[in-house]
Amino acid sequence: MASDETSGKDLTAADSSSVEHDTAAAGTAVVARDAVANPGFPPHRPRITDLDPRAEKRAERTVYTLFYLSIVGSIFAIAAYMIFPIVPEDPGSVRLNNLFIGVGLALALLALGIGAVHWGKALMHDEEGVDERHPVRGSDETRARAVEIFQEANTESGFGRRTLIRNSLIGALVVFPLPAVVLFRGLAPQDQDPVALLKQTMWEKGTRLALDPSGAPIKASDVTLGSSFAVIPEGLMDLEHGRLEEKAKSVVILVRMKPQDLIQSPERAGWSYDGIVAYSKICTHVGCPVGLYEQQTHHLLCPCHQSQFDVADHAKVIFGPAKRALPQLPIAVDAEGYLIAQSDFLEPVGPSFWERQ
Amino acid sequence: MPRTQKPTNGRARRTGRRSPLASVALIAIGLLFTGGAYAMISTSTATAQTETASQQTVSEGEKLFAANCATCHGLSADGTGSGPSLIGVGAASVDFQVGTGRMPMQANGPQAIVKPVQFTEEQTQALVAYVASLAPGPAVPEAEYLDAAGDAASGAELFRINCAMCHNVAGAGGALTEGKYAPALDGVSPQHIYEAMVTGPQNMPVFNDMNISPEDKRDIITYLKYVENNPSPGGFALGSLGPVSEGLFLWIFGLGAIVALTVWITAKSN
Repeated sequence: MASDETSGKDLTAADSSSVEHDTAAAGTAVVARDAVANPGFPPHRPRITDLDPRAEKRAERTVYTLFYLSIVGSIFAIAAYMIFPIVPEDPGSVRLNNLFIGVGLALALLALGIGAVHWGKALMHDEEGVDERHPVRGSDETRARAVEIFQEANTESGFGRRTLIRNSLIGALVVFPLPAVVLFRGLAPQDQDPVALLKQTMWEKGTRLALDPSGAPIKASDVTLGSSFAVIPEGLMDLEHGRLEEKAKSVVILVRMKPQDLIQSPERAGWSYDGIVAYSKICTHVGCPVGLYEQQTHHLLCPCHQSQFDVADHAKVIFGPAKRALPQLPIAVDAEGYLIAQSDFLEPVGPSFWERQ
Repeated sequence: MPRTQKPTNGRARRTGRRSPLASVALIAIGLLFTGGAYAMISTSTATAQTETASQQTVSEGEKLFAANCATCHGLSADGTGSGPSLIGVGAASVDFQVGTGRMPMQANGPQAIVKPVQFTEEQTQALVAYVASLAPGPAVPEAEYLDAAGDAASGAELFRINCAMCHNVAGAGGALTEGKYAPALDGVSPQHIYEAMVTGPQNMPVFNDMNISPEDKRDIITYLKYVENNPSPGGFALGSLGPVSEGLFLWIFGLGAIVALTVWITAKSN
């Protein structure tokens, strides 16, 4: 009986909508007729809990047991918070604290959710029906009344008539967000040109190459064949402020290979020293530190997106998403045998940005 | 039950009195003691000692070399098309490559993989002595740098700067290009870690004493041993591989649980 009822209801719903379509004025819309008839709801099948009172009792028991379990979980979480406090400088206590509070909260929420779903599925009425949504369009009287209210408000406030007040109000609203624009602009560097900041690093003519993190200068003779050094400019560690910002731009990887393995273009002939080359460590893709140097293949791998650079050949890109070779730092040796920079990088380091040539 | 327990009790009592291994242990302790005392006295002359390894050991090593290594490295160890020259690689390199089972290589591939060690300790030392006798090179490190009792925090900083990009911040290893990889570092002996830094095996760069001083190397070893011996306070580390294993875990178990719950919620009750 129930199934007949619902399918009948559904049919009338479908009929009424099609009737509405048919009454639309000719030419206003193309009515797409459904090629497949709505089959209606499948016949209702009673559940075990509908037929067997003992099953119903059992389901009821399950549901309230779950809700009680949820209470237990919540109380357990409170107890765990007190029993396993976080002891400073003891990471193990954090683990216990998180673990037991988490177990308690998970139990509380899961039991609550599972109980509610089980209640809905096993015990609540499960006969399907259709509730018609009321039409979105208001009745003609409501619409006329709304227009009337707007007009009345306009005449009473004089919004349309007193144009000076109206225009000054609009002006005030337009100007109001401006302080926010100025305030947020103040968060960016003020007295420095961001393009210049991105273009230059701490390296300049004569800056010694130093070890990261000790800051000890490096002699050319220290760099043996196959070595890879993590290099910073000397004096970086003495900076009072902005040390990380400078380091993020100026870190260099220094390697030595056999001079015959090194391919050098004529214009960079003087940039290396006896097989020692220095390249920016900042990937030209999105700026990850490129440090995975393979001393036999001379390949440098970026761990973030697998760009590969051939250090033996101007750090050109041989694989991956990076578009430009790593910038090379021209190096030389000073009178005491220490490695020094000939100049800053001749191109900006790191990923491309808006005003990079 | 009591009948099965009785013999075990008896055996336990017997082993409690004298184990067949007791004499072996006694000899081992005695050897360690005398060896340790000797090492303490002679640490200052250790390098000199390796240089003057007995001629007999060297010739022993030469024979082993000719039989096991010369196919690729050449009879006079000067390299062939399939293996590099070993002149000047030093004792540390041979001790690392042979001592970890990487050499002799099973097959040519992107990288020599770790196998069960192929030589006994004496044979390895003979090979070490032979190759070290060819030309000077990095020596086997001294014990004072291998005790893993340095500054773990300083070691961690150095490790993050010089090693972590390939070996992972927890030393769990990682992939390189074209089938090569940086191996995991847990369970590697301090001596082999030190030797790897000094010699730069295969595609690993060399970290000589000017780059990372012996004391700094000791700190790095200390850090690695600290990580190895202190479990992660965050619970399951899932191999410390970061997004790979953690993402996979969430993908399978997290999304799996959501899919299972969705199926359960929307299924009709019977």
